Amino acid sequence: MRHFVEELEQLKTKLLEMSSLVEAAIQRSILAVTQKDRGAAQEVFKNEARINTIELEIDEFAINLLALQQPMAADLRLIVAALKINTDLERMGDLSVSIAERAMSLMEEPVIKPMIDIPHIAGLVQSMVRKALDAFVMRDSDLARSVLASDDAVDSLRTACYHELVSFMERDPQNIKPALDLLAVTRNLERLADHSTNIAEDVLFLVKGIDVRHHAEARQ
Amino acid sequence: MNPMQAPSQPPSPDTKVNMGLSNLDMPMAEESKPNADAASKLGATDLNFFYGSFQALHSISMKVYANRVTAFIGPSGCGKSTFLRTLNRMNETVRHSRVEGEILLDGENIFRLEVSEVRRRVGMVFQRSNPFPKSIFENVAYGPRINGFVSRASLRDRVEQSLRRAALWDEVKDKLHESAYSLSGGQQQRLCIARALAVDPEVLLLDEPCSALDPIATAKIEDLIFQLKDSCTIVIVTHNMQQAARVADFTGFFLLGKLVEFDSTTVIFKNPAKKETEDYVTGRFG
Repeated sequence: MRHFVEELEQLKTKLLEMSSLVEAAIQRSILAVTQKDRGAAQEVFKNEARINTIELEIDEFAINLLALQQPMAADLRLIVAALKINTDLERMGDLSVSIAERAMSLMEEPVIKPMIDIPHIAGLVQSMVRKALDAFVMRDSDLARSVLASDDAVDSLRTACYHELVSFMERDPQNIKPALDLLAVTRNLERLADHSTNIAEDVLFLVKGIDVRHHAEARQ
Repeated sequence: MNPMQAPSQPPSPDTKVNMGLSNLDMPMAEESKPNADAASKLGATDLNFFYGSFQALHSISMKVYANRVTAFIGPSGCGKSTFLRTLNRMNETVRHSRVEGEILLDGENIFRLEVSEVRRRVGMVFQRSNPFPKSIFENVAYGPRINGFVSRASLRDRVEQSLRRAALWDEVKDKLHESAYSLSGGQQQRLCIARALAVDPEVLLLDEPCSALDPIATAKIEDLIFQLKDSCTIVIVTHNMQQAARVADFTGFFLLGKLVEFDSTTVIFKNPAKKETEDYVTGRFG
Protein backbone atom coordinates (compact mmCIF):
# COMPACT_ATOMS: atom_id res chain seq x y z
CA MET A 1 0.00 0.00 0.00
CA ARG A 2 2.79 2.41 0.95
CA HIS A 3 4.46 1.63 -2.36
CA PHE A 4 1.26 2.52 -4.24
CA VAL A 5 0.92 5.81 -2.35
CA GLU A 6 4.52 6.66 -3.26
CA GLU A 7 3.81 5.86 -6.90
CA LEU A 8 0.76 8.12 -6.87
CA GLU A 9 3.01 10.88 -5.50
CA GLN A 10 5.48 10.24 -8.33
CA LEU A 11 2.64 10.53 -10.85
CA LYS A 12 1.64 13.88 -9.33
CA THR A 13 5.26 15.09 -9.36
CA LYS A 14 5.64 14.21 -13.05
CA LEU A 15 2.41 15.99 -13.87
CA LEU A 16 3.63 19.07 -11.98
CA GLU A 17 6.87 19.02 -13.96
CA MET A 18 4.81 18.85 -17.15
CA SER A 19 2.59 21.72 -15.91
CA SER A 20 5.51 24.00 -15.16
CA LEU A 21 7.11 23.33 -18.57
CA VAL A 22 3.83 24.03 -20.36
CA GLU A 23 3.11 27.12 -18.32
CA ALA A 24 6.59 28.45 -19.14
CA ALA A 25 6.03 27.67 -22.84
CA ILE A 26 2.77 29.61 -22.84
CA GLN A 27 4.39 32.56 -21.10
CA ARG A 28 7.32 32.64 -23.54
CA SER A 29 5.12 32.31 -26.61
CA ILE A 30 3.09 35.31 -25.42
CA LEU A 31 6.28 37.29 -24.80
CA ALA A 32 7.40 36.39 -28.32
CA VAL A 33 4.19 37.91 -29.73
CA THR A 34 3.81 40.95 -27.49
CA GLN A 35 7.50 41.87 -27.00
CA LYS A 36 8.82 40.49 -30.31
CA ASP A 37 11.17 38.38 -28.19
CA ARG A 38 12.91 36.04 -30.62
CA GLY A 39 14.83 34.27 -27.83
CA ALA A 40 11.58 33.44 -26.01
CA ALA A 41 10.19 31.86 -29.18
CA GLN A 42 13.36 29.79 -29.60
CA GLU A 43 13.02 28.53 -26.01
CA VAL A 44 9.47 27.36 -26.77
CA PHE A 45 10.67 25.38 -29.79
CA LYS A 46 13.52 23.89 -27.77
CA ASN A 47 11.34 22.68 -24.88
CA GLU A 48 8.64 21.05 -26.97
CA ALA A 49 10.51 17.74 -27.22
CA ARG A 50 10.79 17.54 -23.42
CA ILE A 51 7.04 18.10 -23.04
CA ASN A 52 6.33 15.34 -25.55
CA THR A 53 8.66 12.96 -23.73
CA ILE A 54 7.03 13.60 -20.35
CA GLU A 55 3.59 13.09 -21.91
CA LEU A 56 4.62 9.58 -22.93
CA GLU A 57 6.17 8.90 -19.52
CA ILE A 58 3.05 10.02 -17.64
CA ASP A 59 0.77 7.93 -19.85
CA GLU A 60 2.88 4.83 -19.37
CA PHE A 61 3.16 5.40 -15.63
CA ALA A 62 -0.60 5.93 -15.22
CA ILE A 63 -1.54 2.93 -17.37
CA ASN A 64 0.83 0.74 -15.35
CA LEU A 65 -0.79 1.91 -12.12
CA LEU A 66 -4.25 1.10 -13.52
CA ALA A 67 -3.13 -2.33 -14.63
CA LEU A 68 -1.14 -3.31 -11.57
CA GLN A 69 -2.86 -1.62 -8.64
CA GLN A 70 -6.53 -1.70 -9.66
CA PRO A 71 -7.16 1.63 -7.96
CA MET A 72 -10.55 2.58 -6.54
CA ALA A 73 -12.43 5.74 -5.61
CA ALA A 74 -10.17 8.82 -5.14
CA ASP A 75 -7.09 6.93 -6.40
CA LEU A 76 -8.94 5.89 -9.54
CA ARG A 77 -10.17 9.44 -10.10
CA LEU A 78 -6.65 10.83 -9.65
CA ILE A 79 -5.17 8.51 -12.27
CA VAL A 80 -7.98 9.09 -14.77
CA ALA A 81 -7.76 12.87 -14.22
CA ALA A 82 -3.95 12.73 -14.59
CA LEU A 83 -4.28 10.96 -17.95
CA LYS A 84 -6.73 13.55 -19.24
CA ILE A 85 -4.83 16.54 -17.87
CA ASN A 86 -1.67 15.13 -19.42
CA THR A 87 -3.29 15.13 -22.87
CA ASP A 88 -4.53 18.70 -22.40
CA LEU A 89 -1.10 19.89 -21.26
CA GLU A 90 0.63 18.37 -24.28
CA ARG A 91 -1.85 20.08 -26.61
CA MET A 92 -1.21 23.34 -24.76
CA GLY A 93 2.50 22.85 -25.42
CA ASP A 94 1.74 22.42 -29.15
CA LEU A 95 -0.41 25.56 -29.14
CA SER A 96 2.46 27.51 -27.56
CA VAL A 97 4.67 26.35 -30.40
CA SER A 98 2.06 27.54 -32.92
CA ILE A 99 1.86 30.94 -31.21
CA ALA A 100 5.67 31.23 -31.18
CA GLU A 101 5.79 30.39 -34.91
CA ARG A 102 3.25 33.13 -35.64
CA ALA A 103 5.30 35.48 -33.45
CA MET A 104 8.40 34.78 -35.57
CA SER A 105 6.37 35.48 -38.71
CA LEU A 106 4.95 38.71 -37.24
CA MET A 107 8.47 39.94 -36.47
CA GLU A 108 9.11 40.05 -40.25
CA GLU A 109 5.93 42.00 -41.00
CA PRO A 110 4.74 45.60 -40.61
CA VAL A 111 2.79 46.45 -37.46
CA ILE A 112 -0.85 46.93 -38.48
CA LYS A 113 -2.28 47.86 -35.08
CA PRO A 114 -1.08 48.53 -31.56
CA MET A 115 -0.98 45.41 -29.32
CA ILE A 116 -3.87 46.01 -26.93
CA ASP A 117 -6.40 43.18 -27.22
CA ILE A 118 -3.92 40.33 -27.59
CA PRO A 119 -2.06 41.12 -24.33
CA HIS A 120 -5.47 41.43 -22.68
CA ILE A 121 -6.60 37.97 -23.90
CA ALA A 122 -3.16 36.54 -23.11
CA GLY A 123 -3.39 37.86 -19.53
CA LEU A 124 -6.81 36.23 -19.07
CA VAL A 125 -5.60 32.95 -20.56
CA GLN A 126 -2.47 32.85 -18.39
CA SER A 127 -4.61 33.47 -15.32
CA MET A 128 -6.93 30.60 -16.33
CA VAL A 129 -3.98 28.25 -16.87
CA ARG A 130 -2.45 29.24 -13.51
CA LYS A 131 -5.75 28.79 -11.65
CA ALA A 132 -6.53 25.44 -13.31
CA LEU A 133 -3.10 24.06 -12.38
CA ASP A 134 -3.26 25.52 -8.85
CA ALA A 135 -6.72 23.97 -8.47
CA PHE A 136 -5.20 20.60 -9.39
CA VAL A 137 -2.28 20.98 -6.97
CA MET A 138 -4.47 22.19 -4.10
CA ARG A 139 -7.51 20.09 -5.05
CA ASP A 140 -9.53 23.28 -4.85
CA SER A 141 -12.94 22.84 -6.49
CA ASP A 142 -13.93 26.52 -6.01
CA LEU A 143 -10.82 27.66 -7.86
CA ALA A 144 -11.60 25.13 -10.62
CA ARG A 145 -15.12 26.52 -10.97
CA SER A 146 -13.72 30.06 -11.27
CA VAL A 147 -11.77 28.89 -14.35
CA LEU A 148 -14.97 27.65 -16.00
CA ALA A 149 -16.52 31.07 -15.43
CA SER A 150 -13.65 32.86 -17.26
CA ASP A 151 -13.94 30.97 -20.53
CA ASP A 152 -16.81 33.08 -21.90
CA ALA A 153 -14.82 36.31 -21.44
CA VAL A 154 -11.98 34.90 -23.56
CA ASP A 155 -14.43 33.75 -26.24
CA SER A 156 -16.02 37.22 -26.48
CA LEU A 157 -12.66 38.99 -26.69
CA ARG A 158 -11.54 36.62 -29.40
CA THR A 159 -14.71 37.27 -31.41
CA ALA A 160 -14.17 41.06 -31.09
CA CYS A 161 -10.57 40.61 -32.28
CA TYR A 162 -11.75 38.56 -35.24
CA HIS A 163 -14.12 41.30 -36.45
CA GLU A 164 -11.47 43.96 -36.01
CA LEU A 165 -8.81 41.98 -37.92
CA VAL A 166 -11.25 41.19 -40.76
CA SER A 167 -11.93 44.92 -41.12
CA PHE A 168 -8.14 45.53 -41.32
CA MET A 169 -7.84 42.97 -44.09
CA GLU A 170 -10.78 44.49 -46.01
CA ARG A 171 -9.14 47.92 -45.79
CA ASP A 172 -5.75 46.97 -47.26
CA PRO A 173 -4.57 43.69 -48.79
CA GLN A 174 -1.10 44.44 -47.38
CA ASN A 175 -2.64 43.75 -43.97
CA ILE A 176 -3.79 40.25 -44.85
CA LYS A 177 -0.69 38.29 -43.85
CA PRO A 178 -0.05 40.00 -40.48
CA ALA A 179 -3.78 39.98 -39.74
CA LEU A 180 -3.97 36.23 -40.45
CA ASP A 181 -1.01 35.70 -38.11
CA LEU A 182 -2.72 37.71 -35.38
CA LEU A 183 -5.98 35.81 -35.99
CA ALA A 184 -4.09 32.55 -35.55
CA VAL A 185 -2.59 33.85 -32.30
CA THR A 186 -6.03 34.78 -30.90
CA ARG A 187 -7.44 31.45 -32.03
CA ASN A 188 -4.62 29.57 -30.29
CA LEU A 189 -5.02 31.66 -27.13
CA GLU A 190 -8.71 30.80 -27.11
CA ARG A 191 -7.84 27.12 -27.47
CA LEU A 192 -5.45 27.42 -24.52
CA ALA A 193 -8.40 28.75 -22.51
CA ASP A 194 -10.49 25.76 -23.65
CA HIS A 195 -7.80 23.33 -22.47
CA SER A 196 -7.59 25.15 -19.13
CA THR A 197 -11.35 24.68 -18.85
CA ASN A 198 -10.89 20.95 -19.55
CA ILE A 199 -8.29 20.74 -16.77
CA ALA A 200 -10.61 22.57 -14.37
CA GLU A 201 -13.38 20.09 -15.25
CA ASP A 202 -10.99 17.20 -14.57
CA VAL A 203 -10.12 18.77 -11.20
CA LEU A 204 -13.83 18.86 -10.29
CA PHE A 205 -14.08 15.18 -11.23
CA LEU A 206 -11.00 14.44 -9.15
CA VAL A 207 -12.11 16.37 -6.07
CA LYS A 208 -15.88 15.95 -6.14
CA GLY A 209 -16.40 12.95 -8.40
CA ILE A 210 -18.76 15.00 -10.59
CA ASP A 211 -18.83 15.43 -14.34
CA VAL A 212 -19.56 19.04 -15.34
CA ARG A 213 -18.63 18.72 -19.01
CA HIS A 214 -21.19 19.69 -21.65
CA HIS A 215 -23.54 20.92 -18.91
CA ALA A 216 -23.80 17.34 -17.56
CA GLU A 217 -24.27 18.75 -14.07
CA ALA A 218 -27.34 20.77 -15.10
CA ARG A 219 -28.81 17.77 -16.92
CA GLN A 220 -28.51 15.66 -13.78
CA MET B 1 -38.31 8.92 3.82
CA ASN B 2 -39.26 5.55 5.12
CA PRO B 3 -36.44 3.27 3.98
CA MET B 4 -38.87 0.54 3.02
CA GLN B 5 -41.02 2.82 0.91
CA ALA B 6 -40.96 2.25 -2.81
CA PRO B 7 -39.35 5.10 -4.75
CA SER B 8 -41.98 7.25 -6.45
CA GLN B 9 -39.85 7.81 -9.54
CA PRO B 10 -37.27 5.08 -9.92
CA PRO B 11 -34.02 6.43 -11.35
CA SER B 12 -31.23 4.28 -12.75
CA PRO B 13 -29.03 2.11 -10.48
CA ASP B 14 -26.20 4.58 -11.00
CA THR B 15 -28.12 7.42 -9.42
CA LYS B 16 -26.10 8.94 -6.61
CA VAL B 17 -28.06 9.07 -3.41
CA ASN B 18 -26.74 10.26 -0.12
CA MET B 19 -26.97 7.18 1.98
CA GLY B 20 -25.08 6.39 5.03
CA LEU B 21 -24.12 7.98 8.28
CA SER B 22 -21.92 10.89 8.95
CA ASN B 23 -20.88 9.16 12.13
CA LEU B 24 -20.58 5.47 12.83
CA ASP B 25 -22.10 5.92 16.27
CA MET B 26 -25.36 7.13 14.80
CA PRO B 27 -28.29 4.75 14.33
CA MET B 28 -28.76 3.63 10.73
CA ALA B 29 -32.42 2.69 10.45
CA GLU B 30 -33.74 6.02 9.22
CA GLU B 31 -31.22 6.33 6.42
CA SER B 32 -32.47 6.52 2.90
CA LYS B 33 -31.37 3.81 0.49
CA PRO B 34 -30.44 3.95 -3.17
CA ASN B 35 -33.37 3.81 -5.50
CA ALA B 36 -33.36 1.31 -8.30
CA ASP B 37 -35.47 0.57 -11.32
CA ALA B 38 -36.23 -2.79 -9.75
CA ALA B 39 -38.65 -4.03 -7.12
CA SER B 40 -37.50 -4.82 -3.62
CA LYS B 41 -37.16 -8.59 -3.13
CA LEU B 42 -35.83 -8.63 0.41
CA GLY B 43 -35.92 -5.80 2.88
CA ALA B 44 -34.38 -5.59 6.33
CA THR B 45 -35.66 -3.06 8.82
CA ASP B 46 -33.85 -2.18 12.02
CA LEU B 47 -32.19 -5.56 12.17
CA ASN B 48 -30.10 -6.32 15.25
CA PHE B 49 -28.35 -9.61 15.81
CA PHE B 50 -26.71 -10.91 18.96
CA TYR B 51 -24.35 -13.81 19.63
CA GLY B 52 -25.10 -14.14 23.35
CA SER B 53 -24.42 -10.69 24.77
CA PHE B 54 -22.30 -9.63 21.78
CA GLN B 55 -24.19 -7.49 19.30
CA ALA B 56 -22.96 -8.46 15.82
CA LEU B 57 -25.39 -6.36 13.77
CA HIS B 58 -26.61 -2.88 14.61
CA SER B 59 -29.88 -1.64 13.21
CA ILE B 60 -29.40 -2.70 9.60
CA SER B 61 -32.00 -1.35 7.20
CA MET B 62 -31.65 -1.99 3.50
CA LYS B 63 -33.30 -3.46 0.44
CA VAL B 64 -32.15 -6.23 -1.85
CA TYR B 65 -33.51 -5.57 -5.34
CA ALA B 66 -35.11 -8.28 -7.45
CA ASN B 67 -32.99 -9.71 -10.30
CA ARG B 68 -30.01 -7.67 -9.26
CA VAL B 69 -26.72 -8.70 -7.67
CA THR B 70 -26.04 -7.14 -4.29
CA ALA B 71 -22.55 -7.47 -2.79
CA PHE B 72 -21.52 -7.00 0.82
CA ILE B 73 -17.94 -5.97 1.47
CA GLY B 74 -16.05 -5.15 4.63
CA PRO B 75 -13.18 -6.34 6.80
CA SER B 76 -13.32 -9.66 8.64
CA GLY B 77 -15.72 -9.60 11.55
CA CYS B 78 -17.70 -6.63 10.18
CA GLY B 79 -20.99 -8.56 10.17
CA LYS B 80 -21.47 -9.07 6.43
CA SER B 81 -21.65 -12.87 6.62
CA THR B 82 -23.81 -12.71 9.75
CA PHE B 83 -26.21 -10.46 7.90
CA LEU B 84 -26.20 -12.76 4.86
CA ARG B 85 -26.97 -15.77 7.03
CA THR B 86 -29.81 -13.87 8.69
CA LEU B 87 -31.49 -13.46 5.30
CA ASN B 88 -32.46 -17.14 5.23
CA ARG B 89 -32.50 -17.67 9.01
CA MET B 90 -29.34 -19.78 8.86
CA ASN B 91 -28.07 -17.99 11.96
CA GLU B 92 -30.81 -19.54 14.06
CA THR B 93 -28.72 -22.69 14.21
CA VAL B 94 -26.18 -20.79 16.34
CA ARG B 95 -26.82 -21.34 20.05
CA HIS B 96 -27.63 -18.33 22.22
CA SER B 97 -28.17 -16.15 19.19
CA ARG B 98 -31.01 -13.64 19.02
CA VAL B 99 -32.42 -11.48 16.27
CA GLU B 100 -34.50 -8.29 16.47
CA GLY B 101 -36.21 -6.38 13.68
CA GLU B 102 -37.77 -7.72 10.55
CA ILE B 103 -36.82 -9.07 7.16
CA LEU B 104 -39.46 -9.00 4.47
CA LEU B 105 -39.39 -11.45 1.57
CA ASP B 106 -41.85 -10.13 -1.01
CA GLY B 107 -43.55 -8.28 1.82
CA GLU B 108 -43.78 -11.25 4.21
CA ASN B 109 -41.79 -11.31 7.43
CA ILE B 110 -39.46 -14.32 7.13
CA PHE B 111 -39.54 -14.81 10.91
CA ARG B 112 -43.25 -15.63 10.64
CA LEU B 113 -42.81 -18.14 7.81
CA GLU B 114 -41.87 -21.81 8.16
CA VAL B 115 -38.07 -21.97 8.27
CA SER B 116 -38.06 -24.70 5.61
CA GLU B 117 -40.06 -22.46 3.28
CA VAL B 118 -37.64 -19.56 3.86
CA ARG B 119 -34.64 -21.73 3.05
CA ARG B 120 -36.32 -23.20 -0.04
CA ARG B 121 -37.09 -19.73 -1.34
CA VAL B 122 -33.74 -18.28 -0.22
CA GLY B 123 -30.94 -20.70 -1.12
CA MET B 124 -27.39 -20.53 0.03
CA VAL B 125 -23.92 -21.50 -1.20
CA PHE B 126 -20.97 -21.42 1.17
CA GLN B 127 -17.31 -20.47 1.02
CA ARG B 128 -16.06 -24.06 0.84
CA SER B 129 -17.87 -26.35 -1.52
CA ASN B 130 -19.69 -28.94 0.55
CA PRO B 131 -21.19 -31.62 -1.71
CA PHE B 132 -22.93 -34.54 -0.05
CA PRO B 133 -20.95 -37.81 -0.12
CA LYS B 134 -23.16 -39.00 -2.94
CA SER B 135 -23.16 -39.04 -6.71
CA ILE B 136 -23.32 -35.85 -8.75
CA PHE B 137 -26.91 -36.72 -9.70
CA GLU B 138 -27.99 -37.41 -6.12
CA ASN B 139 -26.47 -34.15 -4.88
CA VAL B 140 -28.71 -32.17 -7.21
CA ALA B 141 -31.73 -34.49 -6.89
CA TYR B 142 -31.73 -34.31 -3.10
CA GLY B 143 -33.61 -31.00 -2.77
CA PRO B 144 -36.27 -31.69 -5.40
CA ARG B 145 -36.83 -35.17 -3.98
CA ILE B 146 -37.55 -33.97 -0.45
CA ASN B 147 -39.76 -31.29 -2.00
CA GLY B 148 -41.97 -33.90 -3.66
CA PHE B 149 -40.41 -34.56 -7.06
CA VAL B 150 -41.06 -38.29 -7.16
CA SER B 151 -41.31 -39.08 -10.83
CA ARG B 152 -37.99 -40.34 -12.14
CA ALA B 153 -38.40 -38.43 -15.43
CA SER B 154 -39.23 -35.11 -13.84
CA LEU B 155 -36.41 -35.54 -11.35
CA ARG B 156 -33.96 -36.22 -14.17
CA ASP B 157 -35.21 -33.16 -16.05
CA ARG B 158 -34.83 -31.03 -12.95
CA VAL B 159 -31.27 -32.28 -12.34
CA GLU B 160 -30.27 -31.58 -15.95
CA GLN B 161 -31.90 -28.15 -15.92
CA SER B 162 -30.16 -27.24 -12.65
CA LEU B 163 -26.77 -28.44 -13.86
CA ARG B 164 -27.25 -26.47 -17.08
CA ARG B 165 -28.18 -23.34 -15.13
CA ALA B 166 -25.01 -23.82 -13.07
CA ALA B 167 -22.97 -24.14 -16.32
CA LEU B 168 -21.80 -27.61 -15.26
CA TRP B 169 -23.92 -29.94 -17.42
CA ASP B 170 -21.47 -30.31 -20.32
CA GLU B 171 -18.67 -31.23 -17.93
CA VAL B 172 -20.59 -33.87 -15.95
CA LYS B 173 -23.32 -35.24 -18.23
CA ASP B 174 -21.34 -38.41 -18.90
CA LYS B 175 -20.52 -39.13 -15.28
CA LEU B 176 -23.65 -38.21 -13.35
CA HIS B 177 -23.37 -41.25 -11.17
CA GLU B 178 -19.79 -40.75 -10.13
CA SER B 179 -18.99 -39.33 -6.71
CA ALA B 180 -19.29 -35.58 -6.36
CA TYR B 181 -15.85 -35.68 -4.76
CA SER B 182 -14.35 -36.68 -8.14
CA LEU B 183 -14.96 -33.11 -9.35
CA SER B 184 -12.45 -30.25 -9.13
CA GLY B 185 -12.91 -27.50 -6.53
CA GLY B 186 -14.50 -25.14 -9.05
CA GLN B 187 -16.80 -27.87 -10.35
CA GLN B 188 -17.80 -28.84 -6.80
CA GLN B 189 -18.74 -25.21 -6.11
CA ARG B 190 -20.86 -25.08 -9.28
CA LEU B 191 -22.41 -28.39 -8.19
CA CYS B 192 -23.37 -26.74 -4.90
CA ILE B 193 -24.90 -23.87 -6.89
CA ALA B 194 -26.78 -26.42 -9.03
CA ARG B 195 -27.98 -28.13 -5.83
CA ALA B 196 -29.24 -24.78 -4.52
CA LEU B 197 -30.90 -23.97 -7.88
CA ALA B 198 -32.64 -27.36 -8.03
CA VAL B 199 -35.41 -26.20 -5.68
CA ASP B 200 -35.84 -23.05 -7.80
CA PRO B 201 -35.02 -20.47 -5.13
CA GLU B 202 -36.10 -16.86 -5.59
CA VAL B 203 -32.96 -15.57 -3.88
CA LEU B 204 -29.47 -17.08 -3.88
CA LEU B 205 -27.08 -16.16 -1.08
CA LEU B 206 -23.40 -16.69 -1.89
CA ASP B 207 -20.96 -16.54 1.03
CA GLU B 208 -17.51 -15.94 -0.46
CA PRO B 209 -18.17 -18.55 -3.16
CA CYS B 210 -14.84 -18.05 -4.95
CA SER B 211 -12.40 -17.65 -2.08
CA ALA B 212 -11.05 -21.20 -2.51
CA LEU B 213 -11.05 -21.14 -6.31
CA ASP B 214 -8.43 -20.31 -8.94
CA PRO B 215 -8.98 -17.38 -11.36
CA ILE B 216 -10.46 -19.59 -14.11
CA ALA B 217 -12.97 -21.25 -11.79
CA THR B 218 -13.71 -17.81 -10.31
CA ALA B 219 -14.41 -16.39 -13.77
CA LYS B 220 -16.85 -19.26 -14.43
CA ILE B 221 -18.75 -18.56 -11.20
CA GLU B 222 -18.84 -14.84 -12.03
CA ASP B 223 -20.21 -15.57 -15.53
CA LEU B 224 -22.77 -17.79 -13.86
CA ILE B 225 -23.81 -15.01 -11.49
CA PHE B 226 -24.46 -12.78 -14.52
CA GLN B 227 -26.60 -15.44 -16.16
CA LEU B 228 -28.51 -16.34 -13.00
CA LYS B 229 -29.66 -12.85 -12.17
CA ASP B 230 -32.23 -13.03 -14.96
CA SER B 231 -34.08 -15.68 -12.97
CA CYS B 232 -32.88 -15.07 -9.44
CA THR B 233 -31.98 -12.34 -6.99
CA ILE B 234 -28.38 -12.72 -5.84
CA VAL B 235 -26.63 -11.57 -2.68
CA ILE B 236 -22.89 -12.20 -2.44
CA VAL B 237 -20.42 -11.68 0.38
CA THR B 238 -16.89 -11.27 -0.89
CA HIS B 239 -13.48 -10.29 0.41
CA ASN B 240 -12.43 -9.60 -3.15
CA MET B 241 -13.39 -6.02 -3.92
CA GLN B 242 -12.63 -6.41 -7.61
CA GLN B 243 -15.12 -9.26 -7.65
CA ALA B 244 -17.79 -7.06 -6.06
CA ALA B 245 -16.97 -4.36 -8.60
CA ARG B 246 -17.24 -6.84 -11.47
CA VAL B 247 -20.43 -8.69 -10.59
CA ALA B 248 -22.60 -6.52 -8.35
CA ASP B 249 -25.19 -3.90 -9.25
CA PHE B 250 -25.34 -2.69 -5.65
CA THR B 251 -22.75 -2.83 -2.91
CA GLY B 252 -23.04 -2.44 0.83
CA PHE B 253 -20.02 -1.67 3.00
CA PHE B 254 -20.14 -3.10 6.52
CA LEU B 255 -17.93 -2.05 9.41
CA LEU B 256 -18.18 -3.05 13.06
CA GLY B 257 -21.64 -4.55 12.56
CA LYS B 258 -23.05 -1.49 10.84
CA LEU B 259 -24.00 -0.85 7.26
CA VAL B 260 -21.88 2.24 6.65
CA GLU B 261 -22.88 2.82 3.06
CA PHE B 262 -25.12 1.16 0.52
CA ASP B 263 -25.33 2.39 -3.04
CA SER B 264 -24.88 1.42 -6.66
CA THR B 265 -21.56 -0.40 -7.14
CA THR B 266 -20.34 2.38 -9.43
CA VAL B 267 -20.79 4.97 -6.71
CA ILE B 268 -19.15 2.81 -4.03
CA PHE B 269 -16.03 2.22 -6.11
CA LYS B 270 -15.85 5.53 -7.96
CA ASN B 271 -17.03 8.14 -5.53
CA PRO B 272 -18.21 6.79 -2.16
CA ALA B 273 -19.96 9.23 0.16
CA LYS B 274 -18.37 8.02 3.40
CA LYS B 275 -14.75 8.37 4.39
CA GLU B 276 -14.79 4.88 5.94
CA THR B 277 -15.88 3.39 2.60
CA GLU B 278 -13.28 5.43 0.73
CA ASP B 279 -10.55 4.24 3.11
CA TYR B 280 -11.61 0.62 2.72
CA VAL B 281 -11.95 0.51 -1.06
CA THR B 282 -8.66 2.35 -1.58
CA GLY B 283 -6.89 -0.04 0.81
CA ARG B 284 -6.12 2.62 3.42
CA PHE B 285 -8.27 0.98 6.04
CA GLY B 286 -6.79 0.79 9.49
